[in-house]
Amino acid sequence: MSLIFEKSVEGRQGYRNPPSDVPLCVELPDNLKRATDCPLPEVSELDVVRHFTRLSQQNYSVDTQFYPLGSCTMKYNPKFTERVAQMPEFTDIHPLLPQLRQGEKFTQGSLQVLYEMEQLLSEITGMDHFTMQPLAGAHGELTGVMMMAAYHKAKGNKKKYIIVPDSSHGTNPATSAIAGYETLTVPSDASGSVNFEELKKHVTDETAGMMLTSPNTHGVFNSDIDKIVDLIHSVDGLMYYDGANLNAVMGRCRPGDIGFDAIHVNVHKTFATPHGGGGPGAGPVGVNKKLEPFLPISRVEMKADGMFFLNYDYPDSIGYIASFYGNFGIILRAYAYILMLGKQGIKDVSDHAVLNANYIRERLKSVYDLAYDRICMHECVFSALKQSSRGVQALDIAKYLIDQNIHPPTVYFPLTVKEAMMIEPTETESKETMDRFIDVMIQADKLSQSNPEEFHFMPRTMPISRPDETKAAREIQTNYFNQL
Amino acid sequence: MANYIANTPQEIQDMLKVIGVSSIDDLFKDIKPEYQPQSFNLPEGRSEFEVFQKINGLAAKNISGLISFMGGGYYDHYVPAAVLSIISRGEFYTAYTPYQPECAQGTLQALYEYQSSICALTGMEVSNASLYDGGTALYEAAMMAARITKRNKIVMDGGVSPVSRKILRTYTNNLHYEFAETPVKHGRCDREQIDKLLDKDTAAVILQNPNFFGAIDNHSDIIEKAHALGVLVIESVYPVSLGLLKTPGEMGVDIVVGEGQSLGLSLNFGGPYLGFMATKKKYIRKMPGRIVGETVDQNGKRCFVNTLQAREQHIRREKATSNICTNVSLCALQSLVYLSLLGKQGLKELAQTNLNKAEFLRQQLEQINGVEVKRSTPTFNEFTISMSKDASDVVEEMIDRGFAAGFPLGQYYKGMENYMIVAVTEKRTREEIESYVKALKEILCR
Repeated sequence: MSLIFEKSVEGRQGYRNPPSDVPLCVELPDNLKRATDCPLPEVSELDVVRHFTRLSQQNYSVDTQFYPLGSCTMKYNPKFTERVAQMPEFTDIHPLLPQLRQGEKFTQGSLQVLYEMEQLLSEITGMDHFTMQPLAGAHGELTGVMMMAAYHKAKGNKKKYIIVPDSSHGTNPATSAIAGYETLTVPSDASGSVNFEELKKHVTDETAGMMLTSPNTHGVFNSDIDKIVDLIHSVDGLMYYDGANLNAVMGRCRPGDIGFDAIHVNVHKTFATPHGGGGPGAGPVGVNKKLEPFLPISRVEMKADGMFFLNYDYPDSIGYIASFYGNFGIILRAYAYILMLGKQGIKDVSDHAVLNANYIRERLKSVYDLAYDRICMHECVFSALKQSSRGVQALDIAKYLIDQNIHPPTVYFPLTVKEAMMIEPTETESKETMDRFIDVMIQADKLSQSNPEEFHFMPRTMPISRPDETKAAREIQTNYFNQL
Repeated sequence: MANYIANTPQEIQDMLKVIGVSSIDDLFKDIKPEYQPQSFNLPEGRSEFEVFQKINGLAAKNISGLISFMGGGYYDHYVPAAVLSIISRGEFYTAYTPYQPECAQGTLQALYEYQSSICALTGMEVSNASLYDGGTALYEAAMMAARITKRNKIVMDGGVSPVSRKILRTYTNNLHYEFAETPVKHGRCDREQIDKLLDKDTAAVILQNPNFFGAIDNHSDIIEKAHALGVLVIESVYPVSLGLLKTPGEMGVDIVVGEGQSLGLSLNFGGPYLGFMATKKKYIRKMPGRIVGETVDQNGKRCFVNTLQAREQHIRREKATSNICTNVSLCALQSLVYLSLLGKQGLKELAQTNLNKAEFLRQQLEQINGVEVKRSTPTFNEFTISMSKDASDVVEEMIDRGFAAGFPLGQYYKGMENYMIVAVTEKRTREEIESYVKALKEILCR
């Protein structure tokens, strides 16, 4: 499809600005002005609407397709939450307004949303306090690890290492590194959990803490998780709970009760805020009493008279981690979702996410090899090793699914499983949707036996097929204007 | 069962039978009984209508309707209806990161066009697919400069947003960086001081244009001196101003970042926003964040993919350029639609209108006894005034008269308690500007 720039016609305009109704026109000196006008497209509003509507139709999305992308929790995003997020009373508030004297009076509604979300997320996860500020899951991780570093500094601990399992998301080691720690990776055992004997060898007085996703990316809940927590705590290390997979365990267990010291929550996964084609999300961080003094400022609190306000007076705080109070518009959507579901509804989410994943696991396990043949949590990991011996790899199966109008599962992650296919149906999908997916997966396996070459031409139904990624990386072309 | 769960009681039984267990509880046996939540006191679930009532009540507790002259990097521009209409398409907002390019060309092409627009605005060669917000983008830029130069000293101009500077310090607290800040002189960069601080250990100097006080500048001279010492220049910019102002590319800036909120995003009480970053082509492999590139498919057709992923955490883990997992695709799309609607002429006109209206207010304020307008440099749509009274007191009184009059500087700059910054966008009419002047006059000349 042509680019919006290629649709440009000189002199065409898509939007009429309000007039300059003041009696002067300022001319800036030449040395402060750009030499030529910014080469934005010249198109009509209809050109714009049609262009982007057509582009949107080239996407698969939760609204249009089954999207069992493992580790991403692609559940349905309720339309209601979009509606409240667009209310002008919320969208039109300038973030500096509550920082004016008496300015808080004008933002009580927004501050109350942030305040109540802290209570709600604390109750769901068993933590003592939350900050809504982190702007994404990985940003939450960084906030959490910086608080861990502040804790060790305050206690005079000499710490050097953060431990991560080999099944972890790449963000965990990357976060540890940019927060100033070295990463130690521990292998998994035969059941898909952390290998405890190996872990023991890695834990020393220099262990700052461990980052753990639970259930982990193998879809396994480590039943001996308390042993890990005790071991890390025995050297005054801290336990960080990567909440990427919280959708599996709500109402069944709480990281805070198990002894985790910090946690981030991906609200765009668990609490149904939209993924937006890759953001914006939000990654609120919860902590227990040990880490509470180090929470970022500002914190939203309530005065005795019921007024909400921003408190900056925390001398031990790690400081500012975002410009304001977090992705407010996203937090508001999650707030609406939690209020609607309530106590039973939130627990049902996890129950049905796990039920659906096990249903798929059970029905496909005779066709594809399971990475770990056991009851799973909210996602199941298969390996396409059998199919790949016939010349059909996980990526080929993904392309087959695209032709069947299904978004593929996550492939080649976790890195610990060869030819991995990670399937997460979520609780919002119906049995007939899953049945159709299962049938399609079975057909793919049959085709891998009868005609494996056929896969290499897939997908056939889409505008494009099998982009040349090597060319993209070698002949870097990331800007239309560089071609001109 | 409601709550967006489709399974019926019969289906639940059928599925449990296939799995070979008798209840959903059986699926949770790995969670030991002692891990049962010690408490789970959430409110009972409610209908959509009831929750709407509750949230509507909260919305009413936000008192809007103040006529806003607030800026500080976040501006009250009008957002055309088509912007929200397009980003509300489920095909965009309920998709995820384009891991499978064949079924994500919509997002990928839009991000390619976004990157191109950012390059057009800034005059730079390459852009990434966006970062969380302007503040965190500045931190990413500083880390990027340190990676490129393998140096660890950062010089920051005092005209850079104080919040962004605080963020940068938080993130580097545990790392080995050395910071030097130079206070502004007559409202703009103190060239002499910056000169003194730059040396062969300096990774980067960070500037902002227009700066936090609203002053616009041409940094070419500073950039030339920095480059002679191998120091990179990072500049934070306000994108709407680039409809008129000299681009960072023209000045020779190495890494450009900024807050993209003004490009069609609501103020939203602080987020979601849009961090953008652009640089020279030679530095692209050191840039953090997603990058979309053009290529061809197996039939030779032009298409778009995530590229240079070997920089990223999901491949490189602890050796990645950043821990960032995603960008803010939907916000990037939002800014792209906005820029496409405005177009070449529209953006220029918008910038000129902002400039005119701000200058009109500035001239009116100069007439007031008790106001001093800082005139040492040209400004764009925001400027600094000092007053005969404490700025926080004045702002408080102005609120009573229906104005969010500006942002007092005392909170971030010691000794500037009587100063505030005042912003004017295209949304402020002449009538509103004149009544603002009248109100301020009454307060100051009492």
